[in-house]
Amino acid sequence: MARAIVNVPARAKRGEIVEVKTLAQHPMETGFRRTQTGELIPRDIIRRFTCTYNGTEVYRVDLHPAMSANPLIAFSTIATETGTIAFQWAGDNGYSVTETASIRVE
Amino acid sequence: MTTRREFLALAATSLALSEAARAQLDPNLAANRKAAFQEALRRIVGDTQVRRGRVKLQLPPLIDNGNSVPLSVAVESAMTEADHVRAIHVLTEKNPLPDVASVRLGPRAGRATLSTRVRLADTQSVTAIAQMSDGSFWSDSAEVVVTLSACLEEGLI
Amino acid sequence: MSLRTALLFAASLLCAGAGAGEIPPSERRSGYDLMSRETRAIQDDDATNPGMLWVLDGEALWNRKAGAVGRACAACHGDARTSMKGVAARYPAFDAALRRPVNLEERIKLCRSERQKAPPLAFESRDLLALTAYVARQSRGLPIAIVIDERTLPFLDAGREAFHRRQGQLNLACSQCHDDNWGKRLAGSVIPQAHPTGYPVYRLEWQGLGSLERRLRNCLIGIRAEPYAFGAPEFVDLELYLMWRANGMKIETPAVRP
Repeated sequence: MARAIVNVPARAKRGEIVEVKTLAQHPMETGFRRTQTGELIPRDIIRRFTCTYNGTEVYRVDLHPAMSANPLIAFSTIATETGTIAFQWAGDNGYSVTETASIRVE
Repeated sequence: MTTRREFLALAATSLALSEAARAQLDPNLAANRKAAFQEALRRIVGDTQVRRGRVKLQLPPLIDNGNSVPLSVAVESAMTEADHVRAIHVLTEKNPLPDVASVRLGPRAGRATLSTRVRLADTQSVTAIAQMSDGSFWSDSAEVVVTLSACLEEGLI
Repeated sequence: MSLRTALLFAASLLCAGAGAGEIPPSERRSGYDLMSRETRAIQDDDATNPGMLWVLDGEALWNRKAGAVGRACAACHGDARTSMKGVAARYPAFDAALRRPVNLEERIKLCRSERQKAPPLAFESRDLLALTAYVARQSRGLPIAIVIDERTLPFLDAGREAFHRRQGQLNLACSQCHDDNWGKRLAGSVIPQAHPTGYPVYRLEWQGLGSLERRLRNCLIGIRAEPYAFGAPEFVDLELYLMWRANGMKIETPAVRP
């Protein structure tokens, strides 16, 4: 099942700043909503998003309940070398998703 | 099929717990949330003065829906080893919790930006704070008007 | 078609054309045009459109073996990009066996249970929404093309009647908002013309993807009327009318709406 969609250009020039767009499928339950009978629905959110480029962390986000469901995180990174850009989402209830994208840098 | 009693109970529950109603029930709500915002701000910057500028926070002035408000932050910085943005924090003053997101980045980012979508509980001001590598803090704020959608699943108000 | 039916058909079209308050074709606008620039941007980019998460799920389901027969949708229908192109644009469509129109969700459910001999997919379930989104996505950019003939005419008429009928505690007819007052604001939101061009839709209010029937239930609750159950024939009549009313407008699935 599609847990996340990532968009990274397939190739770039060395030193070029590339746009990265990521979309994760997650309800981001705030912990403030109640059921029809008044019970509090427990918080269930993605807590941390990490992007690594050939193993080096280049971007990290700590998420709070105010982030919308199915969170979009878009940012930029310098195309330093050919390799793998990895994305990790970790959150409540053992939520852990990893996606990777390859980039060819000339 | 929802019985009339269930429907009324549902409506009453939803009404009692809507943001606006909760505000009416707790006279200190606004003050408490504002204090929480100040506390979150202090946790990030300590005693350092936060300066206006270098940060550009963009939000639509009137949003389509408070559940998903497109937000983007861009910080002016060369993003070199010597001078770069270390972190970007987004805060609100009327949400149940003041923190929205905290970004950790460095020169590898190329540009100090974040584009995302956030939840805003009420018409309010959103603040973005950039923490620079030299220890200085810069910020920008944006005002957003949040209205309730029409024709929902729960029969509200 | 008998002469009588042909006359009725022509008369119905004339009535439709001269209907009080109906939106002239040149003024028809998708809900897309009435959204903010920022929300439109979410829909425009497949990389940021959350509806695409369901479309991808649908693709996976399309290719997955299912049911007692152990066959995937792809086994009969091949590549959806070709076989499903144009399908969503002509649904709801008449089902000869049931002798009434069915919407796309019902068609998928029927295939699932009758052809794949698989356990039924519940309305509004993750899997049904994903498959519907995937199939409808293959018609993106194509004009809605509902064809009315003597078999579907009575259902279209029923749908049109429902659209113009006052109902609920607020005693409002759909047409009063969506024909007569579109573009104006209701509680801060802009009233759309109510063309179902992008279903299943990612509604920001739901923070998720949902069907046209779910949205219509919201409308009915909005006017304090008893919402029909999912799959109710009254719903399909109304969907048929709404799609026919939007004939020529482009499919946008998966659309994003407030």
